[in-house]
Amino acid sequence: MSETRQIAVTVNGTRYEETVPVRVTLADFLRHQLGLTGTHLGCEHGVCGACTILLDGRSARSCLMLAVQADGHDILTVEGIAPDAETLHPLQEAFRDNHGLQCGFCTPGILTTLIEFLRDNPDPTEEEVRIGISGNLCRCTGYQNIVIAALDAAKRLRAEGKTP
Amino acid sequence: MKPPPFSYHDPRSVADAVGLLTSLDNAKLLAGGQSLMPMLNMRYVLPDHVIDLNRVEGLSTITPRDGVLEIGAMTRQRDIEFSDVVGERCPLMAEAIRQVGHRQTRNRGTLGGSLCHLDPAAELVSVAAALDATVTVTGKSGTREIAFADFPIAYMTPAIEPDELLTAATFPCWPRGHGYGFVEFARRHGDFAIVSAAVLIEEDKTGKVTRASVTLGGMGPAPVRASEVERALIGEVIEEKRLRDICETLRKLDAIEDIHAPASYRQQLATVLPRRALIKAHERIAQGARA
Repeated sequence: MSETRQIAVTVNGTRYEETVPVRVTLADFLRHQLGLTGTHLGCEHGVCGACTILLDGRSARSCLMLAVQADGHDILTVEGIAPDAETLHPLQEAFRDNHGLQCGFCTPGILTTLIEFLRDNPDPTEEEVRIGISGNLCRCTGYQNIVIAALDAAKRLRAEGKTP
Repeated sequence: MKPPPFSYHDPRSVADAVGLLTSLDNAKLLAGGQSLMPMLNMRYVLPDHVIDLNRVEGLSTITPRDGVLEIGAMTRQRDIEFSDVVGERCPLMAEAIRQVGHRQTRNRGTLGGSLCHLDPAAELVSVAAALDATVTVTGKSGTREIAFADFPIAYMTPAIEPDELLTAATFPCWPRGHGYGFVEFARRHGDFAIVSAAVLIEEDKTGKVTRASVTLGGMGPAPVRASEVERALIGEVIEEKRLRDICETLRKLDAIEDIHAPASYRQQLATVLPRRALIKAHERIAQGARA
């Protein structure tokens, strides 16, 4: 009944070799099997964007992928954004300083989405930011401070000459 | 929430995928997963076998040929969006694809998945209808081509046999300098359109329309080509007031009614959106002539 497969994935720079039931989503694998509960699950059918991860550098909804499909791929989750346990990523700093979150549930998906977005577009307009995060739902902030934080993060990264 | 139990297969070639489709009962093909995965999560579909096409070689290609653009079924929507050759040869597709879902879904979603899922309001489905695309399908008895006009046989049902899979779609390109416009109305960015209009036109030196393609998505079980309007446009100079009269005839098209909008609302949009798309197309021709 519960067919399984052996997979090898790299998550936030660490290689894991795991046995997974083939029907388990990548999101559940990250949370339940690897204990990386930073990836949040809101709708579990591809609408809310809370479970966004980067797969080989491209944002994807981890509730819409099977864990077996990640075999051989490289994954970045919100836990892998900060350079170390003591230091925030400039994007995270900008979110803290601009009050870019309230309850924080949507934040992991927004941060991962913005990592890809700011890498591709280091100097975005406000409208471009709004389109960039249009696949992420936030029920607290009204998005305003998220947009301000994203623009501030872009500015900080440009000033530091960094790519996210 | 997790998908129901199934056996998982990840073939490496089209031939192996066809072999699996032929030998397995109640199998579903998994392309980008942006529609099938939600349906699995919510258990709208209960397949015994899932055949994942993501490791099949050779289906992620964008190939310009003489007058046409051939795109492999597993080409990601994101790669179409950022393809220079699509922007040059099929600008209508480039404009439409930016309205398909969101960045995260376009990174995974595929051309073939969109065409086979065949949502009547899906942007790529309308583009295929507007451009008179041809789809290539392969099954146990070989490969065949299907004109897109014959592809939808019912609501969300393509003319593909159970042992067949779609491998590519071929889009005839309109000549350089043609006008195009894709306009849709949706409640939120990234949603399926309530109604969409995809138009292409060519004009002669005096500005008269010599060729027109007008497609409405979201009205019925499949996109509809407004052939009466296409004929009526020939010889006309694109101009707002005249377009109002021509597009008013679209109000009598059949329209579906659902939670998003009543039929009368869709019929109203059917008179408005093609007009806006035609004006956009006309302005693009004028800009091209000036450039």
